[in-house]
Amino acid sequence: MTVRPSEGKRAEWRLGWLLCAPAAIVMVAVTAYPILYSVWLSMQRFDLKFPDEREFVGLSNYITVLSNEYWWTAFGVTMLITVVSVAVELVLGMGLAVVMHRTLVGRGLVRTSALIPYGIVTVVAAFSWRYAWTPGTGYLANLFTDGAPLTERASSLAIIILAEIWKTTPFMALLLLAGLALVPDDLLKAASMDGATAWQRFVKVTLPVMKPAILVALLFRTLDAFRVFDNIYVLTAGANETSSVSMLAYNNLLRGLNLGIGSTMSVLIFITVAIMAFIFVKLFGTAAPGSRDEGRR
Amino acid sequence: MVTHTGTWVRATAAAVALLLLGPMTACGSDESGVPTINFYYAQEQNLQKVVDDCNAEAAGKYRISYQVLPRGADDQRVQMVRRLAAEDSGMDVLGLDITWTQEFASADWILEWTGANKSEAEQGTLAGPLESAEYEGKLYAAPKNTNVQLLWYRTDLVPQPPTTWDEMIQQALDLKQQGKPYQVITMGAQYEGLVVLYNTLVASAGGHILNDDGTKAVFDEGAVRGLEILQRFASAGVTHPSFTNTIEDDARLQFQNGEGAFQLNWPFVYPAMQEGAPDLAAKVRWARYPGVDSGTPSKVTIGGYNLAVSKYSKHPDLAFEAALCLRNAEHQKFSAINDGVPPTIESVYNDPEMTKAYPMKDEILAELRDAANRPLTPAYQNVSTVMSATLSPPASIEEEKTAKELRGSIQDALESKGVLP
Repeated sequence: MTVRPSEGKRAEWRLGWLLCAPAAIVMVAVTAYPILYSVWLSMQRFDLKFPDEREFVGLSNYITVLSNEYWWTAFGVTMLITVVSVAVELVLGMGLAVVMHRTLVGRGLVRTSALIPYGIVTVVAAFSWRYAWTPGTGYLANLFTDGAPLTERASSLAIIILAEIWKTTPFMALLLLAGLALVPDDLLKAASMDGATAWQRFVKVTLPVMKPAILVALLFRTLDAFRVFDNIYVLTAGANETSSVSMLAYNNLLRGLNLGIGSTMSVLIFITVAIMAFIFVKLFGTAAPGSRDEGRR
Repeated sequence: MVTHTGTWVRATAAAVALLLLGPMTACGSDESGVPTINFYYAQEQNLQKVVDDCNAEAAGKYRISYQVLPRGADDQRVQMVRRLAAEDSGMDVLGLDITWTQEFASADWILEWTGANKSEAEQGTLAGPLESAEYEGKLYAAPKNTNVQLLWYRTDLVPQPPTTWDEMIQQALDLKQQGKPYQVITMGAQYEGLVVLYNTLVASAGGHILNDDGTKAVFDEGAVRGLEILQRFASAGVTHPSFTNTIEDDARLQFQNGEGAFQLNWPFVYPAMQEGAPDLAAKVRWARYPGVDSGTPSKVTIGGYNLAVSKYSKHPDLAFEAALCLRNAEHQKFSAINDGVPPTIESVYNDPEMTKAYPMKDEILAELRDAANRPLTPAYQNVSTVMSATLSPPASIEEEKTAKELRGSIQDALESKGVLP
């Protein structure tokens, strides 16, 4: 998809397709079938508890979900977590990337230690956060309040966002580090000769050159953050209206055994993610780093 | 080159074969050819001894293998549901919380009990637990153990235990005025425990949440009365400050710390108190759970576990036999004394050994003879989730408004139309 027959390089084009065909075929086999199957399930009344009452109901599951307040509450929570965590991660990740880029001594050590949170399994990290924030077992709970922060909505959401940021800032930093490496030193030296301050060099030279890398990092993290599940599942299990859309889909599928409604939610999550990707690619011009046309078509 | 490729192909084939065979060897019969009955049940400390006993009795006919399910009730259910939906033949006898039995029966995942197995499972079994094992007039499980809450009170503060909620609230208010410990401690967090409390109130008021077939939300006068009492209790100033966040063990600890005059909780609190606070335990007595109207005894919600046989079992006949052995009178007595789970067979309570382990057995039995089940419907999980969400926090219940809301959302839950929170 990234290679187009621009200057008559049809042979190259064909070779490209041949080379990626095996991967593409496997992808279609393992992703297209489940996606289509859940679309099919989402148009049925299908509850495992009542196997005899399975029937085709068209779009009525979508009406049920989209007119339900639990869904919109979860949608709002998910959006809040996505926007806040990605924004904070971008700032912190950029700082971390600059530090890793500029470090002269012990570069390997700095990079390794910065990546540790990303290397820890999310569920394991979430459990340690949960115990830390539980009065009695934790060292953080009684530092800030007298109560139990995970039993109230605002503090629960703040803790979930904190856990997300702690966990994925290194990933953001890593993607941005690749972008920083793309900024030519000559350009920075030239700007410096013209009298630009360090801040001006960063804003006027580094950021514009890094823009493709920043957008890719934002796209990856936004799509990822929107599907937040593990941290919420462990920290609050959705109590006090802290469910994300993925939690809600899980509850309806596995706790409610309602394949119709659950699949409808999965499809809606898929559509939302697709819209986000579309906005990033078409409006902001995100493209894979290194592709010549930078995504504008 | 040819030999090289040949080696690779053979190695890959061997690896694939191993991958496919690995799980099979794990769940088939053991080497001696004795069929294995896989028994999935929650953690129970001394259950392995019951299993060993049954294996000895079976004398090579079958061998029960006890597979411990996760601790959380939701996790237990999700594991079984996921595997049954995939028609997994590796599960034979299933330990179901009594509220899951109708769901599994309706989904056609467990086998009906018939003939001699049925009569043995029904023989001498208390009516309440037995009802929880039935669906559409057929028996789908054998009740293994039951459970019921009692009123625990401090004899140094309460001379005469209250028989109704009004009396209990009044006694607590009087104690409060005198500056003595006064709280009524029980479970009020947004979870199953709140539904159990509410269900007891409704049943004691003679009300119904669903119709008898479990197909319609009736939510009659008694159900509205239950809302009224729950709201009044929660806002009367007699509960523990963290009532809305309290589950079973929290309630036990609050009472054990001497914070309350009354506690409504399962019998496990008594041995725990004797160990953790012996001075307090000496002052604590028990009575029947308070009722709604004076003169009408309470109808208390039961808990417990049923044993069912998976439809996908490879040895269903042996599985029924094994289940019957695991829950027979002798083994129920053993589990009652060693693991604290009250029996479902009435005659076990008359056993002299029971008196020492269960000084409160007369009250337990009296409540059990007249017990209430939670709504019996395959959609109970949905109904319960909707109820606990709507009833929480109990102080902000508004009788008519909450009743109307519940009538609608419970009906949606029954028809699997609604969205679960």
